[in-house]
Amino acid sequence: MAAKSKHVVDFAKIKSTMSDPYKKPVQVIDETGKIVNQELFDQFSDDELVTLMEKMVWERALHEQTMNFSRQGRLGFYAPTYGEEASEMGIAHAMKKQDYLFPAYRDLPQLIQHGATVKEGYLWSKGHYQAYDYVRRGVRAFIPQIIIGAQYVQSAGAALGIKKNGEKDTIAYTFTGDGGTSQGDFYEGINFASSFQAPEVFFVQNNGWAISVPRKTQTAAETLAQKGVASGVPGVQVDGMDILATYLVAKEARDFAVAGNGPVLVETLTYRFGAHSSAGDDPSRYRTKEQEKPWFDRDPLIRLRKVLTDKKLWDQDKEDKLVAQYKDEFKEAMKDAEAAPKQKVSDFLKNTFEVPTPDVAADIKKYEAKESK
Amino acid sequence: MAKMTYIKAITNGLDQVLQDDPKTLIFGEDVGKNGGVFRTTEGLQDKYGEDRVFDTPLAESGILGMSIGLALTGWRPIPEIQFMGFTMEAVDSVGGQMSRNRFRFSGDVTMPITIRTPFGGGTHTAELHGDSLENLFIGIPGLRVVTPANPYDAKGMVISAVENNDPVLFMENLKLYRSMKDEVPDGHYTVPLDKANVVREGSDITVVAYSAEVNEALKVADKLEKENISVEVIDLRSLSPIDDETIFASIDKTHKVVIAQEAQKMAGAGAKVASDIAENDIMSLDAPIGRVSAPDSIFPFAMAENDWLPNADDIEAKVREILNY
Repeated sequence: MAAKSKHVVDFAKIKSTMSDPYKKPVQVIDETGKIVNQELFDQFSDDELVTLMEKMVWERALHEQTMNFSRQGRLGFYAPTYGEEASEMGIAHAMKKQDYLFPAYRDLPQLIQHGATVKEGYLWSKGHYQAYDYVRRGVRAFIPQIIIGAQYVQSAGAALGIKKNGEKDTIAYTFTGDGGTSQGDFYEGINFASSFQAPEVFFVQNNGWAISVPRKTQTAAETLAQKGVASGVPGVQVDGMDILATYLVAKEARDFAVAGNGPVLVETLTYRFGAHSSAGDDPSRYRTKEQEKPWFDRDPLIRLRKVLTDKKLWDQDKEDKLVAQYKDEFKEAMKDAEAAPKQKVSDFLKNTFEVPTPDVAADIKKYEAKESK
Repeated sequence: MAKMTYIKAITNGLDQVLQDDPKTLIFGEDVGKNGGVFRTTEGLQDKYGEDRVFDTPLAESGILGMSIGLALTGWRPIPEIQFMGFTMEAVDSVGGQMSRNRFRFSGDVTMPITIRTPFGGGTHTAELHGDSLENLFIGIPGLRVVTPANPYDAKGMVISAVENNDPVLFMENLKLYRSMKDEVPDGHYTVPLDKANVVREGSDITVVAYSAEVNEALKVADKLEKENISVEVIDLRSLSPIDDETIFASIDKTHKVVIAQEAQKMAGAGAKVASDIAENDIMSLDAPIGRVSAPDSIFPFAMAENDWLPNADDIEAKVREILNY
């Protein structure tokens, strides 16, 4: 046996370079508002730029008003979206009505952009069956998923269903966060969609935190975008605080999937400015103001606001008026939500099976009698 | 009409639903070219093509999770989980997801999914192949759990399961696959999913059983008939829901009951039957409710299976005990 030999395999080199292709986040405007990719920037008309800004302002206003309602005790579970406006609205803007959306619990803004109403979002938070009335209107969206990972396998099935139905220009798309990429279902979903070459775009909104657990604890992989490669799924990182970049990447990913090339995985680099949820999470227990500061400097509204202001397409007065208008709409939506009818256990029982089982039928009678009093 | 094994009857039923409804899909591990590890789907891919009958990657949560997405996009999925022990990997897809959708969406979204899976001891399989895991699933609202005990029911029930608009867990008994033959009609027919079957009439005592234990109970009935003891045997067919009506009608006549199951005793179908009788029809009985089940241990190592599984002798002993109370 040779005393000393070269490594048979240079694992150290593989390990130190394997993430390289994924570490080039797409960016159009940087955090100072400087256009860093003029060619990509030139793809946007002035109207489109304004529309994208309006959508972010809408989401920010929705968050602020919703937190107000939450503090007033008028809502149940709510996952703040503060800081993730560029990621969420950039993607939402790239999708089409015929696409199937599988959101998770932090994705109410995309769900509303896809056709649900703000009232339904509030009813979801409060816990009322009319939250899901959007399905009755033909909106192609599933529930905001609670069991993180489940939306990945389900959307892969929908993507296969779309393919089998021969529907053109249609995809399934779904969201999870950095924590969600550790779930078995995350891998199963990506891998199934890839195996079937189904039209799907998987989004990972890497906001740095799974409640209190930082991104680095989830995996030693340097990027989450690279998690597709083992399944034969191309992945990319995008600056998730740059709505122009997230929109362009999401659109390109959708086009790729629609063309029959199989699924794509997109990691948006963003940040959860607020708490995990409105139910008592306190970020000061696990992260410092100093850690937060550079991310607040990357606020997605600041940079686009600057670009638009420089182009004389935007001013503070316009933004203030929009915010006031949106918030009035949200207040109306909350009034409507609060006027939702009292729920009946007998209705839940009737919706357990198409044909009630004997036990369920007996319970329906029992609860109907109670409810008629 | 032809004589068919239990497994061929299921194949025949699947062939029927694939033919009747172009939206039905069969998929899972090895179900395509290989026709399933037991050959339950043999020949179906050749006949209906790879779009309708196809293999999936090896991941149970993925298989049942994708069934939900397929159902949402208008398909009628018939996924196979290769062995019931493997369903543990997919409990969220069943209990956390598909069974809740009719409720979530107030009936606007339905999940016409039939999960087929083989189970049951006595075939000396590797660990987590023969387990009876129905006790885990029958407590899930919105999910039907059924299991046929003979070839006629196997075909008729698999057709009913696929045609049902709610998720159905369809449990196929491994030991019965090739050990039973029966007359099975050609073409389409159904056997109800929620109706127990009086497979043998009797007047002295009722034995309530399901799946392979039905055959064990029938052996006991044959044997005791020679002693002029008349045993009525009821095949539950459905473990969720339980058809109490048929059971109560029987014990109103016999006044004695023994409940036999292959699964462990804790929180299962037998416990539900006993509880329903105790709650609603206890005054019909003139002896305690008898229970026969596997002990509450882990499903045993293969070489010890026969010492663990309840059989005709156990049922006979319990029947005699209750008769002599």
